[in-house]
Amino acid sequence: MSKMDIKIRGRVWKFGDNINTDIIIPGRYLTITIRNLSELSSHTFEPVIPNFAAKVQSGDIIVAGHSFGCGSSREEAVLVLKHLGIGAVIAESFSRIFFRNAINLGLPAIECKNITKKVEDGHELEVSLDNGLIKNLTTGETFKASSLPDFLLEIIKAGGAINILKKKVKQ
Amino acid sequence: MGMTMAEKILAEHADLKRVEPGEIVNAKVDVAMVHEVLGIRIAGMLREAGINRVWDPEKIVALLDHWVPPPNVEAAEIHKVCRSFVKEYKIKYWYDMRAGICHQVLPEKGHVRPGELLVGSDSHTTTHGAFGTFATGVGATDMAIVLATGKLWFKTPGTIKIVIDGKLSEMVTAKDVILHVIGNLGVDGANYKAVEFHGDTIQELSIDGRMTLCNMAVEMGAKVAMIEPDQKTIEYVKKRTDKPFKIVKADKDAEYEEIINFDVSNLEPQVAKPHSLENVVPVSEIEKTPIDQVFIGSCTNGKLEDLEIAAKILKNRKVHPDVRLIVIPASYEVYLKALERGIIETIIKAGGIVCNPTCGPCIGGHLGVLGNEEVCVSTGSRNFIGRMGSKSSLIYLASPATAAASAIEGAITDPRKYAG
Repeated sequence: MSKMDIKIRGRVWKFGDNINTDIIIPGRYLTITIRNLSELSSHTFEPVIPNFAAKVQSGDIIVAGHSFGCGSSREEAVLVLKHLGIGAVIAESFSRIFFRNAINLGLPAIECKNITKKVEDGHELEVSLDNGLIKNLTTGETFKASSLPDFLLEIIKAGGAINILKKKVKQ
Repeated sequence: MGMTMAEKILAEHADLKRVEPGEIVNAKVDVAMVHEVLGIRIAGMLREAGINRVWDPEKIVALLDHWVPPPNVEAAEIHKVCRSFVKEYKIKYWYDMRAGICHQVLPEKGHVRPGELLVGSDSHTTTHGAFGTFATGVGATDMAIVLATGKLWFKTPGTIKIVIDGKLSEMVTAKDVILHVIGNLGVDGANYKAVEFHGDTIQELSIDGRMTLCNMAVEMGAKVAMIEPDQKTIEYVKKRTDKPFKIVKADKDAEYEEIINFDVSNLEPQVAKPHSLENVVPVSEIEKTPIDQVFIGSCTNGKLEDLEIAAKILKNRKVHPDVRLIVIPASYEVYLKALERGIIETIIKAGGIVCNPTCGPCIGGHLGVLGNEEVCVSTGSRNFIGRMGSKSSLIYLASPATAAASAIEGAITDPRKYAG
């Protein structure tokens, strides 16, 4: 596999613990997915941050406490973050289905202990996917996250699991 | 060293003699269940990837349950996509909107068998561990991969053994037990883990009660939640399928990451306050909290036993005039049995509103969406902010007994006053 290192740089949106999938994208909007992804994405984080979709910038990074993405298996929770250009989610822990969904859609989901103690809203981070190093460009601090196994990095680099499946089908 | 139930089933499905926690394996899937997610995302993904057939049309179960019948144009369109997909891809088991909520329908129609590996496009797929099945929820892309290949990678989970002993008091149910367990362990108390439920309380629980327990294990992050099959399990399954199955039990010397004991002999009815499953308190702490709506239903508590205990409380009584009681049987089988037993009549005579089987208000879809600042006692599984409607509404999770008693009183009520 290629050792092309992916670096992600962006501004932090900081959240607390147990950010569930109904907070990321409320269930009652899910049927909109079939019609208009931009409209669906406009409801991202609606229960906790009004107009998040209008405020977020492409490349921004989400930092959160434990159990990020707990709750439903809805992949739309990742889809809307990708659609809004979120570069990565760094959390103290992820709920397992969200974690799989994120990798499957090519959104880096990185576990880092105590990240919420080291990073504040608006800080700028640089994340190296291959070695799991996170540099806080605002404070100058660097810390180590758990690195992803190679086969998951491969999925992210392919732009998602479906692209790998497509390749297999062609062969 | 022996293996836990989850380890044994995973090893067998990965053609390995044994697996260790943390080991990543590629495992064969026995049953794949899809609901509306098929129409929302999966069908399109498979078509776009150029996949024109599924791995095994006989191993796929598809149905509609989340938005049934469709409350809006989008839902109707999603259903159309599902229908054309199952026809074109020749999916053998297709129930359209005529069966009920997936987690009730799967065992009822004989698709859940001990020792098998089942994945569903829904987080509450852990429900089926009640039959000794390795059952877990996955997202749309994972499901697309399963439908195309019949396989999926899994990280072998470590197992937590939860031993529950003691005789439950009257009007205290499986729902109270699982709320108590989650309240104690926290919403990440079993994150990424397999859970095995053991103990004499579990043996005494009916199949309905066991399903409620395993259903909500995902609310503490569990990948699977399993109960060793016994005579009750075998009887239930054999009545509904001719397919052979293998009982898998944990080895005596299986290695557990943790063993946690609960004694529920004196357990009070439990309530999870808004907006987290970590806010579990005994009902006595919040009695008399005024409410606007009561919802009895969902994949967690829309079973016959649930409607039965609610009807027992509602019999010859009236729902409080300031409260709307919405009751939704989890399946048509439950609905018909409840009709035969006079349960539906009791609920309607008490002033309840009975709707067709669907997830309905539990996901804020329809049939009882909450307005601003409204308060609901729900037998569902999640009290997340805004889940059932307005983000200023409040959801208290409780058992069907607590829900029915609260509907009568117009405020959160200990159902034990209606015991006997």
